[in-house]
Amino acid sequence: MSFQPVKFYQTGTFTVGNRLLPPEERSVQASTKRFNSINSGHRACQGCGEALGARYAIDAAMEATDGQVIAANATGCLEVFSTPYPETSWQIPWIHSLFGNTAAVATGIAAALKVKGLTQTPRTRVVAQGGDGGTTDIGFGCLSGMFERNDDVLYICYDNGGYMNTGVQRSSATPPAARTATTMAVGPAPGNVFGQGKFLPAIAMAHEIPYVATATVADLRDLEAKVRRAMEFRGARYIHILVPCPLGWGTASHDTIKMARLAKETGIFPVFEAEHGEIKSVLAIRRPLPVEDYLRPQKRYAHLFGKTPAVETIAHIQALADKNIRKYGLQARKGDH
Amino acid sequence: MLKQMEGSRAVAEAVAMCRPEVICAYPISPQTHIVEALGEMVKDGTLSPCEFINVESEFAAMSVAIGSSAAGARSYTATASQGLLFMAEAVYNASGLGLPIVMTVANRAIGAPINIWNDHSDALSQRDSGWLQLFAETNQEALDLHIQAFRLAEELSLPVMVCMDGFILTHAYERVDMPTQAQVDAYLPKYVPRQMLDPGEPVSIGAMVGPEAFMEVRYLAHAKQMEALELIPSYAAEFKSVFGRDSGGLTHTYRTEDAETIIVAMGSVLGTIKDVIDEMRDAGHKIGVLGITLFRPFPLARVRESLQGAKRVVVLEKSMAVGLGGILSTNVRMALSGLHMHGYTVIAGLGGRAITKKSLHGLFRQAEQDALEPLTFLDLDWNMVNKQLEREKAHRRSGPVAENLLRDVGVVAARNY
Amino acid sequence: MDKPFAITLDPGSSLANHTGSWRTFRPEYVDRLPPCNAACPAGENIQGWLFHAEAGDYEKAWHALVENNPLPAIMGRVCYHPCEGGCNRQHVDSAVGINSVERFLGDEARKQGWKFAPPAAATGKRVLVVGSGPAGLSAAYHLTRMGHKAVIYEAGPLAGGMMRFGIPKYRLPRDVLDAEIQRLIDFGVEIQLQTKVTDVQQAMKDGFDAVFLGVGAHIAKRAYIPAGDANKVLDAVAVLRGMEGHDAPMLGRKVVVYGGGNTAIDVARTAKRLGAEEAIIVYRRTRDKMPAHDFEVEEALQEGISIKWLTTIKEAGESDIMVEKMALDDKGFPQPTGEFERIEADSVVLALGQDADLSLLENVPGLVVEGGMIKVDAGMMTGHPGVFAGGDMAGNERTVTVAVGHGKKAARAIDAWLRGEQYAPLPKAEIATIERMNSWYYSDAPKTVRPVLDIIRRQSTFEEVLGGLDETNALFEARRCMSCGNCFECDNCYGVCPDNAVIKLGPGKRFKFNFDYCKGCGICATECPCGAIRMVAEEN
Repeated sequence: MSFQPVKFYQTGTFTVGNRLLPPEERSVQASTKRFNSINSGHRACQGCGEALGARYAIDAAMEATDGQVIAANATGCLEVFSTPYPETSWQIPWIHSLFGNTAAVATGIAAALKVKGLTQTPRTRVVAQGGDGGTTDIGFGCLSGMFERNDDVLYICYDNGGYMNTGVQRSSATPPAARTATTMAVGPAPGNVFGQGKFLPAIAMAHEIPYVATATVADLRDLEAKVRRAMEFRGARYIHILVPCPLGWGTASHDTIKMARLAKETGIFPVFEAEHGEIKSVLAIRRPLPVEDYLRPQKRYAHLFGKTPAVETIAHIQALADKNIRKYGLQARKGDH
Repeated sequence: MLKQMEGSRAVAEAVAMCRPEVICAYPISPQTHIVEALGEMVKDGTLSPCEFINVESEFAAMSVAIGSSAAGARSYTATASQGLLFMAEAVYNASGLGLPIVMTVANRAIGAPINIWNDHSDALSQRDSGWLQLFAETNQEALDLHIQAFRLAEELSLPVMVCMDGFILTHAYERVDMPTQAQVDAYLPKYVPRQMLDPGEPVSIGAMVGPEAFMEVRYLAHAKQMEALELIPSYAAEFKSVFGRDSGGLTHTYRTEDAETIIVAMGSVLGTIKDVIDEMRDAGHKIGVLGITLFRPFPLARVRESLQGAKRVVVLEKSMAVGLGGILSTNVRMALSGLHMHGYTVIAGLGGRAITKKSLHGLFRQAEQDALEPLTFLDLDWNMVNKQLEREKAHRRSGPVAENLLRDVGVVAARNY
Repeated sequence: MDKPFAITLDPGSSLANHTGSWRTFRPEYVDRLPPCNAACPAGENIQGWLFHAEAGDYEKAWHALVENNPLPAIMGRVCYHPCEGGCNRQHVDSAVGINSVERFLGDEARKQGWKFAPPAAATGKRVLVVGSGPAGLSAAYHLTRMGHKAVIYEAGPLAGGMMRFGIPKYRLPRDVLDAEIQRLIDFGVEIQLQTKVTDVQQAMKDGFDAVFLGVGAHIAKRAYIPAGDANKVLDAVAVLRGMEGHDAPMLGRKVVVYGGGNTAIDVARTAKRLGAEEAIIVYRRTRDKMPAHDFEVEEALQEGISIKWLTTIKEAGESDIMVEKMALDDKGFPQPTGEFERIEADSVVLALGQDADLSLLENVPGLVVEGGMIKVDAGMMTGHPGVFAGGDMAGNERTVTVAVGHGKKAARAIDAWLRGEQYAPLPKAEIATIERMNSWYYSDAPKTVRPVLDIIRRQSTFEEVLGGLDETNALFEARRCMSCGNCFECDNCYGVCPDNAVIKLGPGKRFKFNFDYCKGCGICATECPCGAIRMVAEEN
């Protein structure tokens, strides 16, 4: 008689912690000794995905480097809510310079660490972070330069799909059909345009930098594993984390993680990792869902679900998700727990 | 050691002796030779330890310097003209964060129309950026000012811009007295940052400051710059004791004793002016010149003191406040406020227009007779200007100004019909 | 560091900003009643003991289990596990095999010789327990735990009641039964065999302060079937009890069993094992109406037992019986069709239910008997003060588990009564329904199927049909528990809080909220897998 071997726990690795896991397999966030790199008292909105994503990512980086992280931060929500004079939430060395130069500031820090430490592999590591506006738009030039030179920087983009800090305007990461303050839900094609898309992880991969990954705040262990993996490389690395924004998306503050999960499960947001320009793994969909399940709870898509539902637009978005599923091989697989 | 060399090379060697740890560069004429030389020194190991980073823009260059300086490395970059404007946001940021970056500005005009030749529009556009601004008269002074700039920047924890005229100085081969490494080491202490990104002692740099403290932050920046007015003369004196020559300081006067007319200027044009003054003094004119070395902070008291005995002041500047007149002259006038004397603003040498001795002789003589317009454009081709003004009156679509003027001048390339 | 004013700040200084003032809703940790516990007639804290089993601490799990039920090895075999019917895991994949884990723990306890924790200090009170069936044993056990002296008077020659005389060996091997009874005796329960109580009031005069009646229901219900003298018409109780004697009942080659309950199935399967070529169950309604549990019907069918649905027995002849086909009417009741058929039968066994023998209570004042059952209050006390009753004689649902539950409840009520108090059951928390949970977090893990005894052996021997789980799959099964409604320290709330406003108190101590910083976003409540956090409006 054959039985399934015991490698399974009540909640496997889906939950933050699991008392049944050996210590080395536990998440950073489950530990009472986690760094809380960004501390309580910050002024992020209730249910902020970015505040959560930042703690997840930076704590994981701190864990991977034994507390030796310096962060450079782009202008944006994360910067504003974490460091209004006279209080900072950061417990790590942190600098905010400008909106569009974070990758370059990080390059400078990395260069300084090399020259001060007289080594090409300094112990202290540099993380740059910004929102999607600071990354895909205004900071794109500096980011591409950092990638191309392969500077020893991990750049983390917290993507909430718009300029939320300035009042929810469109960025080049705003998804099609989404309503923002500059793509209002009016006229013959309400919401954001169906453009060509600007999926920065793919652009990062085109630079063939050592490591590129996407993640969401709904899959903590995956996120932590990716940060840890990123820290095993020297050179430019990029992690793009989907962080739902209750304010900008028009979702309930308690649904932040749920929305991230739906983005992944519908295929709207592909979760994968790539090394040197080649995809190495994808996080398969566990319980496939139509995009409608993801769109409907968000007020920024409310115009799609009016008296006469925008069937064609929804189908168009579904087609984008289907393309992701095909392109990245996200189909649910048997045996995935 | 006396050497015959290009100004850019001299500056590069001086900067290298200051042991910068991070140099970032984006090419723009006429700054290129400086960073090329430094890049080579880093690559061949003569400048070590040092990271030389080829960035993708001037904005990135200043940003990399911000990062490296904040992480405790002595940081240097160089730019000019459009490049300085492109990095402007980061220029303000570097001073706002109190980072002692040293940057060479190889002064060049700002477009449009695009122009690669020398004037001071670029540096002066950043006069309120919070940086200290030093203007070199000669290649020797450019070289010396860089050594002083690092010391000054790091003492005050403020960035310093060393301005030298593009091409006129950067590309000119002249004899310079190149100091030894030992002399530089004796003069310039190791960089001890006032604040630094350090996992051992974490801080958050670059907080958002609201109305409750912003004014105070700004005032402190001003107060800090004012400290430079005290420091610079003492550093110049110390420099003389180590290197054996006068260099730097706030201002330089030349033959202003008993002068009735004093010319005020910055940069390499001072050399031409001095020659003219020598000739005029020989002819009995009571004329002298005040060279401004430190433009920011502006040494109001020193300028006033230097000028208050004269009957008239002629500010000759390679920059222009469109719609107002001069920039340097506005600053000089502030120094002279309440004093009753004639003041003239002369805009000269924009976009590389040669400032000849002949023109200066004429100009100064007119000034002595108080026959100058308050705002004078030296060697302006009125014919060309008037033609265009007429064209514009006649035709709404009179065509692009720059191309029209070139056609009038007769530049071959512009004759497209 | 001589830091520049305002633009450079000291780390973590935001702790001065108490963002808790933003809150309009506050999270609260709650404990909700898991549906398995709610469904368990024995009142087991199933989730509680699974928690220890998940960690592989089987002894602790067993001790937690026997706080409510002293018969886990028996229960793990004969319980119809309503807990699994309530289990929320069925909405994820399939219910947790609670029963098989229980059996594993029961068997493990036997193997390892685990003993009950010592009872409380003796109270000096003596309680008479009439009957050593599951109700009696359970009552005696719990009374003993509380420090009372429990003495069981058993009319029969062996203890166990219907567990011994009504449940076939292939479902409950007798060594298992004996072992668990012995453990109770070792614990201090006194059993006096062959001591029939005919008058309760008389018996109480033997120095007892209270009495618990658990005499069961042993009298077979009969149906009138015209029968020739030669035909063998037996009742199920007698057949099953006969299996415990030296000589097995003689049923013949062709056996017809009449009835649709679990007992009918037991008899048919027993007949098959005794060598019958044919064992046919005749039942007047359809399979979906059959009271027998579906898995038992399935096992019987696998063993070659045939069932004639919608059929009644009209008369029994010498070597055959006459049956009539029935048809369901509009309301779903079977009605005769007038179509008849003859079936060969050497014997007919009636399995139509049992009645309790209430003769021992005849003279007790205040007792009320309704529908053949003794009436009891919420604390299992009869109309006569100090006389309590439970098990088959006091309830409609006649299962071992219900009886064990009665015994426990009665013991608590007796304890209260002995102290002159009124027994008041604890208020039940609201049930942890699947809607209150976030089942995303539970990994997909289908139920482990217990090994089933090879079909040939099942037809001919009385060996146990269902095997037990081994350690690895018992652990696996235990870990499928979702801990519905009760924090299992998964750290989700601690991890998902964007404001670090959850304080982890350490293993076993759960968490608390730091209301200085909690903004009340509610992510913790939404992402709590087991539904142990609720959001409540702030009052001001």
